[in-house]
Amino acid sequence: MTDIMVEVSGLTRRFDVSSPWLNRLLQREPRRILTAVDDVSFSIARGSTYALVGESGSGKSTIAKLVLGLLKPTAGQVLVDGSDLSATATAASDALRRRVQMIFQDPYASLNPRWRVGDIISEPIEVFGLEPDAGARARRVAELLDQVGLAASDATKFPHQFSGGQRQRIGIARALASRPEFIVCDEPTSALDVSVQAQVLNLMRDLQSELGLTYLFISHDLSVVRYMADQVGVLYLGRLVETATRDALFEAPCHPYTRMLLDAAPRIDGFGREHQTDGGEIPDPINPPSGCHYHPRCALATERCRVEVPAVSNLEGRQVVCHEATQILSGSVDL
Amino acid sequence: MSSVQPTLKPSISSRLRGVWESDIAWSFRHSPVAMIAAFVFLALILAALFAPWIAPYTPFDPASLNLMDGFTPPMGEGMGSGSVYWLGTDDQGRDVFSTILYGMRLSLFIGLSAVAFAAVLGVTLGLIAGYVGGWVDALIMRVADIQLTFPSIMVALLIFGIARGLIPAEYRDQMAVWVLILSIGLSEWVQFARTVRGSAMVESKKDYVQAARLIGRKPRQILFRHLLPNVMGPVSVIATIYLALAIITEATLSFLGVGAPPTRPSLGTLISIGQDYLFSGEWWILLFPSMTLLALALSVNLLGDWLRDALNPKLQ
Amino acid sequence: MSIPNASSASATGVQPVSRPSSSHDEPLLAVEDLVVEIPTRRGLLRPVDGVSFELNAGEILGVVGESGAGKSITGAAIIGLLERPARIASGSVRLAGKRIDNLTGDDLRRVRGGEIGTVFQDPSTSLNPLQRIGDQLAETARQHLDISRAESRDRALLALQEVGIPAAAERLDAYPHEFSGGMRQRVVIALALIGEPVLVIADEPTTALDVSVQAQVLTLLKRLCLERGTGVMMITHDMGVIAETTDRVAVMYAGRVAEIGPTPSVLVNAAHPYTRGLMASTPNPASDVAEGLVQIPGAMPGLLSIPAGCAFHPRCDRAVPDCKQKRPPRETINDSDVWCWVASQPQQARHD
Repeated sequence: MTDIMVEVSGLTRRFDVSSPWLNRLLQREPRRILTAVDDVSFSIARGSTYALVGESGSGKSTIAKLVLGLLKPTAGQVLVDGSDLSATATAASDALRRRVQMIFQDPYASLNPRWRVGDIISEPIEVFGLEPDAGARARRVAELLDQVGLAASDATKFPHQFSGGQRQRIGIARALASRPEFIVCDEPTSALDVSVQAQVLNLMRDLQSELGLTYLFISHDLSVVRYMADQVGVLYLGRLVETATRDALFEAPCHPYTRMLLDAAPRIDGFGREHQTDGGEIPDPINPPSGCHYHPRCALATERCRVEVPAVSNLEGRQVVCHEATQILSGSVDL
Repeated sequence: MSSVQPTLKPSISSRLRGVWESDIAWSFRHSPVAMIAAFVFLALILAALFAPWIAPYTPFDPASLNLMDGFTPPMGEGMGSGSVYWLGTDDQGRDVFSTILYGMRLSLFIGLSAVAFAAVLGVTLGLIAGYVGGWVDALIMRVADIQLTFPSIMVALLIFGIARGLIPAEYRDQMAVWVLILSIGLSEWVQFARTVRGSAMVESKKDYVQAARLIGRKPRQILFRHLLPNVMGPVSVIATIYLALAIITEATLSFLGVGAPPTRPSLGTLISIGQDYLFSGEWWILLFPSMTLLALALSVNLLGDWLRDALNPKLQ
Repeated sequence: MSIPNASSASATGVQPVSRPSSSHDEPLLAVEDLVVEIPTRRGLLRPVDGVSFELNAGEILGVVGESGAGKSITGAAIIGLLERPARIASGSVRLAGKRIDNLTGDDLRRVRGGEIGTVFQDPSTSLNPLQRIGDQLAETARQHLDISRAESRDRALLALQEVGIPAAAERLDAYPHEFSGGMRQRVVIALALIGEPVLVIADEPTTALDVSVQAQVLTLLKRLCLERGTGVMMITHDMGVIAETTDRVAVMYAGRVAEIGPTPSVLVNAAHPYTRGLMASTPNPASDVAEGLVQIPGAMPGLLSIPAGCAFHPRCDRAVPDCKQKRPPRETINDSDVWCWVASQPQQARHD
């Protein structure tokens, strides 16, 4: 039995994106419900990295907010180390909040431009009352800056005095300030240049092994996911379509969508490569296709796929949500 | 960790250098209009502030007035006392220069207080509307919309009238200044609220607010510690432009006879008094207070225009 | 940590890319020593500083670099879209032998959209939201080709069909917002190609799109330009896109070209330390990087603080004293032109 840090079960979140009721009444519009996350379950082992990968509309950022308790789920629950973060404010959930942190995508929007770096990093320390003494707090800020590769003197500067990569380091220092155990990373390097991305990814890997952190790593970039993840979940229109270990997923993807996604990702050694694209695009998430959401784009789709939502099949240590999964894995169908 | 004691507070000299090198300061140094406007405004502020020391006479001390000096033209000698009045005297023998200094003092006080009141009210309501959203936002903004359909001078008149009605007659003159501040302030909060609401809506979607929510910061702390500093840029522009407007609104109300009482005249009251004598040849009683009002309002307005352009990244 | 060397990384199959080369001696596009300057109160900025390259007809030239490398400004300078106060300070841009860097007014408009088509990252910069797609296409066609109104309508339909818009005849009357992101970018490509340009400048054409759609759009752009023999200047930050779509690549750093040459040889067998670092720091979805990504220390310098000598020297682990003082000259190594003082010297033991 592995040591589970985060347990997500049956997580569902719907948004009401209807027009105001007067407009609905006048234009005879029905209510419009967007199911951003649809019955998603996964668990993250302590000290490991679970990556959620998906394109736009896949619901990956909504899952991040749900896991952090910034949004309430419509159904299902998130347990962090056995307790529910979305429970109403109690002493237990306050204590839990300290142990959960986040690294954001946009290093320009995630730091308050009017605050000094030192104040930004010491805010969580102050809020959780970790260092009551101001001098100790300043020393802790210096230690954190050092940990992410910045200088202690940077504490007096403002965010605009730093480059994107350095800002992301400041964001990481803030995330580490409350000594968390679990960090949600929402596209942490997608706003960065590649050479800087490598610095930040390596830093995050080093910190993980140094501090025993657990990551939920959210990304649209398969190359970054391959570099960071232990376990990968592939999302399509709010549903998990395939979950597998990193190696299993990249070496032998099973779900037709995963296969298409892997083929479409540009490769730095794919000179003159031709893509086998399906020509389709992500459908409107408010009116998603019936049955398996991927069926209109899928080469293997049958009548059953159009009607019936596939169940999860457990195959050789991976979970695949596809009617044809067994056949695909056995190699009896060709994509 | 290292033995270096890190400090979160930078030195004063580095802060000063930072201000001097900032974009705002650079834009100021390169705008002659802004510099002249600032010079005029500063001179008028100082004159108003030090009125008791600068003014050659105390115009509101009945004991020092000599009715015989009434209607002395500029640079003329009073018929009663023989004193020289630079800008002449009014019907009661009050030195126009001194009344202008004291009047400006009152005008500025009312204007600044009214804008401060409007800003505090508008910024607070705007922040709440923008951050909380939903029906709170709808309620605040509908009230604002309704108020916007009335001219602000009418709103001020209305509030002024209601307030006067509620105050017993013997306190009216005493309370007049505060009633003016209240009515002008209430007529001007809308623009602050609308602007701040817009900025607050944009800012509250940014990740630094999420980060603060994540560690359990209460809405009040997020509003005032995180959002407030980030919406102050446009507020400072509106405040400057509205200061000019508040001074003019006050002058208008006083001119209409519903503002500052004649016993404690503001620039508007002085203009109102002077108007009576324009066609009988005593032009100075009207001209000099009017010129002062013009210089005051214009310099503040030009400063506001400059500030708006300087803070607008698109125009740089 | 080591940078993958040529022999092992090329195992994935480098095919020689052969394209019909220009029938004239003159290259389709010749940029010579281009300098773009922006006067600001903090000093004179040079976002493009002495850039030279050539592009032949039917060729796809990639221009790759990180943000601040000056790649987009180079593209804007070529089509005369520099925003004031930026200006071309020196150098020349020739299209089929004819100078186009000093054109103004109607001459410039004839070149832009006629001889040179553009595809930008954000379709809204190319499409008018208030005009029907068909009208926009027809109007552009009429502007640049000598054809009748009715004929321009047919051209518009043909253009939409070519870029793979389903039910193209009906979509002619649609507005841009009625298309999905990928379809909108297809329309932009149709718009770029309808004036029958000899050159297309594509600035991050697929950066805003999802990967699956990106692959479709790139495939389309590549196929259409190949069919017509249109030259393409593909500006992107994505090394994967460069590898899969371009014939030659120019790697830019701090407003200068660091290295230019055939794509496979530049990417696999880079001569410039920056290109090597860039490749080694890019993760690949198709292979595992177990030992960790190589990272280049520091970040791209700001335009106000571009180092003297070779702009890359503060971040370069092979920098020698010359690098700090003198701009490196162009040097031809293998098939590539490289601007580096040490590229031709044998590499010292770097296994530290």
